[in-house]
Amino acid sequence: MGKLTFSMGGVHPHDSKYARGCAIEELPLPQTVYVSMAQHLGAPAKPVVAVGDTVKVGQVLAEPGGFISAFIHSPASGTVKSIAPRKDLAGNPVMHIEIAVEGDEWDPAIDRSADLVTAIPEDRTAILDRIKACGVVGLGGATFPAHVKLNPAPGKVAECLIINGAECEPFLTSDYRIMIERPKEIVIGAAIMQKVLGGCKCVIGIEENKPEAIASMGAAVAELAYPGITVQTLKKRYPQGGEKQLIDAVMKRQVKSGGLPIDVGAVVQNVATSLAVYEAVQKNKPLITNVLTITGDKMPVEKQHNYLFRIGVPLSFVVEQAGGVPDFAAKMISGGPMMGKAISNLDAATVKGSSSVLYLSEAMTRREPETNCIRCGKCADACPMGLEPFLLNRLYKTADLEALEKNAAQDCIECGCCLYSCPAHIPLLDNIRQAKGQVMGVIRARAAAARAAAEAAKK
Amino acid sequence: MTQTIILTVAILTVLGLLLALILFWVARKFKVEEDPRIDEVEKVMPGANCGGCGFAGCRAFADAAVKATNLDNQYCPVGGDEVMQKVASILGFTVAKKAPQVAVVRCNGTCANRPRVNEYDGVQSCRVKAALYSGDTGCSYGCLGCGDCVAACQFGALSMDPVTGLPVVDEEKCTACGACTKACPKHIIELRAKGPRGMREYVSCVNKDKGPVAKKACAAACIGCGLCAKTCQHGAITVTDNVAYIDFTKCKLCRECEAVCPTGAIHGVNFPKELDKDAVKKRIADRKAKAAAAAKAAAEAAKAAAEPVQPAAAAEKPVEKKEVANG
Amino acid sequence: MRDVIIALCPAILISVLVYGWAELLVLAVSVLSCVLLEWAVTRWMLKKPSTVGDLSAVVTGLLLAMNLPSSIPLWIVFIGAVVAICVAKLPFGGIGQNVFNPAITGRVFLLISFPAQMTDWTPTPGFIPVTDAVSGATPLSVLQETLKSGGTISQFLEANDYTISSLIWDVGASAGELSAGALVIGFIYLLIRRVVKPWIPISILGTMALIAAIFHGINPEIYTGAGLNLMTGGALLGALFMATDYVTSPMSDLGGIIYGIGIGIIVMMIRYFGSYPEGMSFAILLMNCAVPLLNMWFHQKKYGRA
Repeated sequence: MGKLTFSMGGVHPHDSKYARGCAIEELPLPQTVYVSMAQHLGAPAKPVVAVGDTVKVGQVLAEPGGFISAFIHSPASGTVKSIAPRKDLAGNPVMHIEIAVEGDEWDPAIDRSADLVTAIPEDRTAILDRIKACGVVGLGGATFPAHVKLNPAPGKVAECLIINGAECEPFLTSDYRIMIERPKEIVIGAAIMQKVLGGCKCVIGIEENKPEAIASMGAAVAELAYPGITVQTLKKRYPQGGEKQLIDAVMKRQVKSGGLPIDVGAVVQNVATSLAVYEAVQKNKPLITNVLTITGDKMPVEKQHNYLFRIGVPLSFVVEQAGGVPDFAAKMISGGPMMGKAISNLDAATVKGSSSVLYLSEAMTRREPETNCIRCGKCADACPMGLEPFLLNRLYKTADLEALEKNAAQDCIECGCCLYSCPAHIPLLDNIRQAKGQVMGVIRARAAAARAAAEAAKK
Repeated sequence: MTQTIILTVAILTVLGLLLALILFWVARKFKVEEDPRIDEVEKVMPGANCGGCGFAGCRAFADAAVKATNLDNQYCPVGGDEVMQKVASILGFTVAKKAPQVAVVRCNGTCANRPRVNEYDGVQSCRVKAALYSGDTGCSYGCLGCGDCVAACQFGALSMDPVTGLPVVDEEKCTACGACTKACPKHIIELRAKGPRGMREYVSCVNKDKGPVAKKACAAACIGCGLCAKTCQHGAITVTDNVAYIDFTKCKLCRECEAVCPTGAIHGVNFPKELDKDAVKKRIADRKAKAAAAAKAAAEAAKAAAEPVQPAAAAEKPVEKKEVANG
Repeated sequence: MRDVIIALCPAILISVLVYGWAELLVLAVSVLSCVLLEWAVTRWMLKKPSTVGDLSAVVTGLLLAMNLPSSIPLWIVFIGAVVAICVAKLPFGGIGQNVFNPAITGRVFLLISFPAQMTDWTPTPGFIPVTDAVSGATPLSVLQETLKSGGTISQFLEANDYTISSLIWDVGASAGELSAGALVIGFIYLLIRRVVKPWIPISILGTMALIAAIFHGINPEIYTGAGLNLMTGGALLGALFMATDYVTSPMSDLGGIIYGIGIGIIVMMIRYFGSYPEGMSFAILLMNCAVPLLNMWFHQKKYGRA
């Protein structure tokens, strides 16, 4: 099979994966960790420990607060010092459990050996329970609880499990490193998920700019020889790693607006999620570590790192361990340069989905003054969802919600291609994100009204 | 030549007449019957089409008013009572009087009080900024300073103060339409009773953080200490989620809360005299001492008449009173 | 915009070589007046930050000049610039907001107001000797004269030796019509730089060629053939550089194709049945009116939607 890619839009930013050669190092533990209760999409978790409790590494700190929610485990051993609101990355108060670290005592149920466990459990529900109990969430960005995605609604059949190794965001190398260093674990994780989904085929999609990862994953697939797993090379194009784009690229199918990937028989999980599934199912290790990249556009390679960090370590500690904030940095971003969020609060703790600390220089982050739209249509050409950002921007300004919905503002995946391609430097994404929120509000209100009406009719 | 001119004029005239006839016919044929009172009501409306009433414009308001069975759910904040009375008289309804209101910016996070902890270089829109993060200061609740409220104001009553970085309300121009309260993503702007001669008292902070956190972010934050609530004799102040709120329907403008507030988060405006904090504090202290003495006396009296049940119940009265004062 | 200027350079170079100082002056006056007018109006009348830096006024100036004869009085050039900038562009809100292409609006205004000067194609002395003596009018207007006086196309071709090879190099016309080859080279540059998409020019020229082929097939003595139509009368300049203007052309590919077909039909109707020999400018202006409608009707395909 040749190289695949999605069918519309997309941009080609320089990949800037400078930290690709940096092997994963383990980050030491700080004195205190702060574990957020809102590390996943959906309802925040509910703490099950009290102030003063002693906890071990891997012990459950909080249980799911709803159907779409996840368990949260202690990343360190020590004493619970407080359970209080603390400011997250964006400065908004979120409930955190503060743990004073004492030693590094792990829950004895966790298998900490490096042995590879290749035998996959037979019982599907048991696997799902393990994944849920270990708090595995999607680590590709959305942090959607994995057990929910892996358990499709009755009547929906998964035809293809896509393991997302695209890592199309520039600068990020954490997925790349785990594909090089722990390919077998990822493949076993994929095989486990395959099993859970009823033995569908599995495609591991990797962009062509990571040949070493393709080779390494290919070798692991060949060696472990699970049935139905293949490695697929993808063209380098942003946002290849977007769920909808990846399904389009690999399966040549498009998810209907408002629909779920499973509607077209697809389940997409990130390589890091696959690794977490392996650890959860085969090693009984909950999701308490992840890999993040410390990188920047003007940073010497020797100062860049790929860290295996304990989830809950404050960002300031990570930054300090990596030698502090470099002088050139004008902006710090958590996540990639396209979709990541600027870090306004270094005291914030890392969460399950933390993938990088990215330092960008003034030249990279400067916002050029906005000028008139010249209707060049570059944004529409770049939009991977086939939307017309210039039009949505105009409709947002006139607050025409009806037309916004008609022109599919709610389909925006917030990838930033429009903003990237706009020669007039119009803040398209910022405005469309607002518009999307408003339209989603209208849609939800309408759905709620319809439900209420249906119920009233029943009575 | 002459013939051509005459012909042209004639053709154009005939054409004009013909089209006029068509227009006349169409206007007759497609005429929409409307309640004439809608026009009447619309005439007395301010005509600002600001949407402050919750309708798309003055005509939509008039349309709804004519169709409604009473005016309880409709109020024109711009026109105020005067207009509402007129509307009511046209439609034969009665409306209760409503106190005139004014928009109040409840944030005191000036550049001096609230140091910037990061730099925002995104779109200058509060809505966009609020969607991205909590703002460029340590306070997650305060004014974002991009002026969405200024843009929302149809009457030019709001402007950004370049020194403080906060919006300022021009009370003369403010019609209390409420557009700014809807535009503010942080819900900082509130419509409050204008008060006698514009005098009013309000807590200029909405920070729900605990005291030390709030204080660290902003020198003039409400720290939720509850001193004001304890001092208020009228039960107008409540503290919820670490922030005090003055109910303007109960406030008697005694300014005691303002005097006792340790951070200066409570503001009094348009008072003729500057607040003499020490005098007010002294007044409160005297009152407290008196109340304490009275309580003591009452307690003693109760002790003295401990045996019979009747007098004890009577002695409880002053204690009860004190509780009301504190609450 | 810078790419558009670069793309126009080959055509400009050839026109200056052929028409000499006069052409250079027309170009200079046109560009300078456009830029100065835009700067002055934004600065003093609109009190907005100047948009001169985006080079759109330069492009307007160049395109306007390339549509004018080199022998035209310079004050007329200035008037054209005034119409382009102060009537067609800035009152609508400046760049990005104008409904009509400014350069074409300027040109059409001049064509209607100063028909004599605008159709006087007396060649000015150039820097290189031009072997074919260029006649004082464009081939299409000569042809129209011929047809009006009862002649046929074969008579016209006998009298005026316009072979296709000479059309590529030079035909008495405005700077923008002089060298088809140079225009095409410039347009290929724009395509490579991905500044424009080829659909609009393809649909315009394709439609023109098709209509010309049909009519020429019916009566070759009255209706000119496809080759002559595409190479003359500003067809290439219009199709490649004016109709593809971002602002005044539809956003979607399908909309662009329909817009192009519309231009092609109108231009051929004007040429065959109208009183103007060329018609490209009018066709583009007329289709400009339809652009908002085309933008409303045609959208690009969206992901996951039928």
